[in-house]
Amino acid sequence: MAGNLVNALADLKEEEALKIVKDRLNANEEPLKILEDARKGMEIVGKRFADSEYFIPDLVYSGEILKEATELVKPKLTKATESKKLGKIVFGTVAGDIHDIGKDIVAFMLDVNGFEVIDLGVDTPAQKFIDKAKETGAPIVGLSGFLALSFDSMKDTVEAIQAAGLRDKVKIMIGGGQISEEIRKYTGADAFGKDAMAAVALAKKWVIAD
Amino acid sequence: MAKQWKEMSPDEKQEEFFNRWLSPKDPQGNDLKFQSPQAEKGYKDRITRIKDAIQMKKLPDRVPFFVAPSFFPAYYSGVTPKDVMYDYEKCRMAFKKFVLDFEPDGNLGAYVPGPGRFFEILDYKLYSWPGHGVPPEQSYQANEGEYMKADEYDALIDDPSNFFSNTYLPRVFGALEGFKMLPVLTGILEIYGVAVNFIPFGLPPVQETYKKLFEAGAEALKWFGEMMAWNNEITSAGFPIVATGFSKAPFDVIGDTLRGTRGMMLDMYRQPDKLLEALDRMTPLMIKMGVGTAQMAGHPLIFMPLHKGADGFLSDAQFKKFYWPTFRKVLMGLINEGVVPMPALEGHWTTRLEVLQDLPKGKTLWMVDQSDMAKTKKTLGKVGCLFGNVPSDLLAVGTPQQIKEYVKKIIDAASKDGGFIVCNGAFFDQAKPENVHAMVDAAKEYGNVYK
Repeated sequence: MAGNLVNALADLKEEEALKIVKDRLNANEEPLKILEDARKGMEIVGKRFADSEYFIPDLVYSGEILKEATELVKPKLTKATESKKLGKIVFGTVAGDIHDIGKDIVAFMLDVNGFEVIDLGVDTPAQKFIDKAKETGAPIVGLSGFLALSFDSMKDTVEAIQAAGLRDKVKIMIGGGQISEEIRKYTGADAFGKDAMAAVALAKKWVIAD
Repeated sequence: MAKQWKEMSPDEKQEEFFNRWLSPKDPQGNDLKFQSPQAEKGYKDRITRIKDAIQMKKLPDRVPFFVAPSFFPAYYSGVTPKDVMYDYEKCRMAFKKFVLDFEPDGNLGAYVPGPGRFFEILDYKLYSWPGHGVPPEQSYQANEGEYMKADEYDALIDDPSNFFSNTYLPRVFGALEGFKMLPVLTGILEIYGVAVNFIPFGLPPVQETYKKLFEAGAEALKWFGEMMAWNNEITSAGFPIVATGFSKAPFDVIGDTLRGTRGMMLDMYRQPDKLLEALDRMTPLMIKMGVGTAQMAGHPLIFMPLHKGADGFLSDAQFKKFYWPTFRKVLMGLINEGVVPMPALEGHWTTRLEVLQDLPKGKTLWMVDQSDMAKTKKTLGKVGCLFGNVPSDLLAVGTPQQIKEYVKKIIDAASKDGGFIVCNGAFFDQAKPENVHAMVDAAKEYGNVYK
């Protein structure tokens, strides 16, 4: 039965997945084990997205099913979920830009690939990136931006991180609509990613190098 | 006497639209007076060049070029986006300077900023704009949300106008709260009970709403008067405005501003049939919207910004099921009325090109953002004219030399046999002026390929 939830989630079978969760809760199963299966299902979703078998709607839908499953399990949870994470990433859309679709996809893929993503949301001031990076000790900062104005915002954020004395403590990746190697050079970031998979590959490379 | 409109073939209608565009009128309906014989010749040469590129029947004299900015003219003229949204004089000045300095074969008018005070009067929620949610020196941005709820498909499908007036508009405009109380107009039929339908108009919230509407209407009219004056000035100086009307792919109508991206994506799984029905329902409305404006403006080109069909946003199967069928119907509906749809493939659409090319030749004009230009030429470019692809990142931080090389590259890749116009790929705010000049200069320098 354990395999069922993993597959139901991976195959985006909403009703089936939620029914399994309810049945297993009714059978007094350990809630953490249920969540662990849900996580495995999401891992498969992430892999299928990376293989271009799934697309953005599939990610959005799987996230929605996971949210519903978690809501069902939550009341029965006695201790907090703790799974070993690869590393922390402070992540957000830069100041002046309120676009979140691209950021959310990257955060999702980093999350299902084992990173702890500290999502600062949209229109994030440089200081907030600095404060969070200091507070969490995260070795990676991710800056997202859709608009051309985000080029300057990213540059300002990288400079502020430098001025705060954190530049040698964090690796900075950027991404979004019109971001390219030209923009990476302009902003002073360490790397740019064309898509969510590139972000995961970069993050893995950087935590392993650490 | 010339043929009646309804007796004309789509080809004849398109030709008639181009003829009207070639003979612009002033606001009184008389032939527009050009500033000089050279201006008149420049205007007609430019339109003929654009027309030849679009129709793909004969080669233009050279590769035409457009410059398609968002707020760039404001920055370029030393004013802010807020200035051009609130001060129509500054708006006219900035966009005029932009057109006269770069002399594009086609420009997009001065409509981009829109009237800031109008948005304020109606408490527009769908966007944050300079000085109103975003800083004065930045462009406006959409606030995505579920302005239509998941369980409201039937209401939209049954009666779109009523859904818009009584449900959607009050959510999108704070000042139209009173519209929630409006009667269903199709209930007004005979003397028995007819007065009951009019009770809402006596209620204070509805009356308040109408006061705001009158105020907003007056502001819109004032702004539009300025835009018309700008159009006349720029046209009489010899510079054609390429698009005055607007329509959308039905999938984007629902996905952009009704259900929102997330809501729409969930609907594809949870209620695909309702979604498909709603897309069908929007189709004739989008055709009428495009044809109506084209008729009114005497102008063939109707702009269609495309969003949710881009690479990655849908699987191939989802694109073919949800996006393409009704989008194609809108395109064909416009084409059959002689209109030239001008869709903007925003972002990457490289995986959609084979599907998109199923259209008649010489009837469409496509703005290409980051799709692969060589591949676009070999597919969609066989039937439709392409423009765009000069990247925003290069315009913002690159060098004039890089821009010139890029323009040369895309002219080599896409100008063969006509059907190509040099332009930037995405509507841009920030750019180095010397880079925009480099794009224009390169278009002239390398664009003489048809001699």
